[in-house]
Amino acid sequence: MALDKAALVEFIYQLVAKAQGKKQLKAMDLQKAVLKEHPDQNKNDVKFAIKDLIDTGRCVYTYFGGSFVELPHEEGAAKKV
Amino acid sequence: MSDTPLIDQLETGPWPSFVKDLKRVAARKPAAKDLLRQLDRSYKDKITHWKHGGIVGVLGYGSGIIGRYSDLPDEFPGVEHFHTVRVNQPSGWFYTTQALRDLCAIWDEHGSSILNVHGSTGDLIFLGTTTDQLEPCFAKLTAKGWDLGGSGSAMRTPSCCLGMARCEYSCYDTMDLCYQVTQEFQFDMHRPSFPYKFKVKCSGCPNDCVASVARADLSVIGVWKDDIRIDHAAVAAYQAGEIKPRGGGSPYDKLDVKADVTDLCPTACMSFDGKTLKIDNKNCNHCMHCISLMPQALRIGTETGATLLLGSHAPILEGAQMSWVIVPFMPMESPYDELKELTANIHEWWSENGKNRERVGELMLRLGMRAFFKGVGLEPPAQTVRTPRANPFFFWHAEDFEAEAAGRKYIKL
Ligand code: HEM
Ligand code: HEM
Ligand code: SF4
Ligand code: SF4
Repeated sequence: MALDKAALVEFIYQLVAKAQGKKQLKAMDLQKAVLKEHPDQNKNDVKFAIKDLIDTGRCVYTYFGGSFVELPHEEGAAKKV
Repeated sequence: MSDTPLIDQLETGPWPSFVKDLKRVAARKPAAKDLLRQLDRSYKDKITHWKHGGIVGVLGYGSGIIGRYSDLPDEFPGVEHFHTVRVNQPSGWFYTTQALRDLCAIWDEHGSSILNVHGSTGDLIFLGTTTDQLEPCFAKLTAKGWDLGGSGSAMRTPSCCLGMARCEYSCYDTMDLCYQVTQEFQFDMHRPSFPYKFKVKCSGCPNDCVASVARADLSVIGVWKDDIRIDHAAVAAYQAGEIKPRGGGSPYDKLDVKADVTDLCPTACMSFDGKTLKIDNKNCNHCMHCISLMPQALRIGTETGATLLLGSHAPILEGAQMSWVIVPFMPMESPYDELKELTANIHEWWSENGKNRERVGELMLRLGMRAFFKGVGLEPPAQTVRTPRANPFFFWHAEDFEAEAAGRKYIKL
């Protein structure tokens, strides 16, 4: 069953949090993961749920040869890699 | 002795030198001084000392700021952070001097004051600032009505030739289309959610002044369907040497219409017997050769629109590709719903099927034109056959047999 807005935001946050440090997820990976569990979820809801996580600062976009959604963390590139 | 003996040599040639410019900036900005020193070091070490990517940006955006760091921050503290800010350019790169002054003032205050006008994406580029200056710089830009452009795995800032603003060849209003596509895809420009970058470039005619055929995932190139308009008196004037070729922008004073124009037509569809110029328009491939040489005698037709091509990119996963025709002719009238809808369908098909860092042109080759057309809901036109010896075969889908049994005709008269 499709999640309501708050539950969807939380569901996606958990996906990002669990992957942190293990696998970098792209926005499309998140959408696919949501649709796997909730096939009737509107794709546009997923886009706006990610926007919500970014706008509130709970997640950030990163770029490492491609763009990913991650939890905010220390800038790895700032000093020595 | 100078700290930068190697790059100092670049000032000695006859050309304008970026080293000279940067030294002028270095007098007031330590970042520019360390930029020069680090570059000199790279000339010696023969490797770059830049690292890029990471996490920097402004709140809410995943694009527009490109993280840049020195890998020798202790030696070159002025460029420890040297982030790039992409500012979305106005269509056709028209600015008022006031707008340029505003931009320069913002960048003097919040960055190195070094500009790249413009980058190959089309954006006006602010080169070099520190993380703490990003939000205040962004706030001042938006207060003046500017926004950031695209970067990362996102819709990139669309760009266009100056089109109808200054060019009589323009087959549609490139500046309007560029602006409208920029507005339509704002969400995807600021929030990267594609497999990789997606660029749209709009040229008003096949001269393709923004090189969209080589540099855009979606190339929108103006074209006409009817006949080239001929002014026979002007043809005679060119032949007599009364009008200079190429609007005067040519080293030659006089055209030989047969040798220089008609004999060089790539499809041999023109002829000139010394008096009358004839064009077999059905066989013209709109290369622009004849029109560009004799702009006063020949003009584009009146039934105009654009050809859409997909897929060009530099080598990433696969080698470089040029864009490939997907729609031979689409009328280009505001609000461009057909183009916007098709672009959104392409994004969806590519996002669904593309691998990380796979450009849409690479996906089209990997899965085939057949899967592409079906996926985005387009009819396959004959003009997509690029190399007749290699891909003349069309493999039917099961539903085509049913459609045929129900009376579908392939040749529309
Ligand atoms: C009614 C029977 C046939 C039809 C309709 C047919 C049709 C075709 C077509 C449309 C092509 C592609 C042409 C091109 O690439 O420009 C082709 C190529 C070819 N066919 Fe056939 N074919 C038939 C019978 C045969 C037979 C019996 C043989 C061999 C014993 C054969 C051998 C070939 C070969 C070797 C090519 C490649 C030619 C090349 O690339 O230069 N075909 N055929
Ligand atoms: C030692 C024996 C053979 C050699 C060295 C040889 C060599 C070649 C070469 C170099 C080509 C051109 C490939 C290309 O265009 O890239 C070719 C094409 C061709 N060969 Fe052979 N060949 C041999 C035997 C045969 C035999 C026994 C047959 C048929 C029974 C055959 C049928 C063909 C056909 C139909 C083509 C055209 C393929 C196409 O255009 O797609 N060849 N061959
Ligand atoms: S692409 Fe064509 S229309 Fe655009 S500026 Fe160049 S010549 Fe003119
Ligand atoms: S535009 Fe090119 S192909 Fe067409 S008539 Fe002129 S030279 Fe020939």
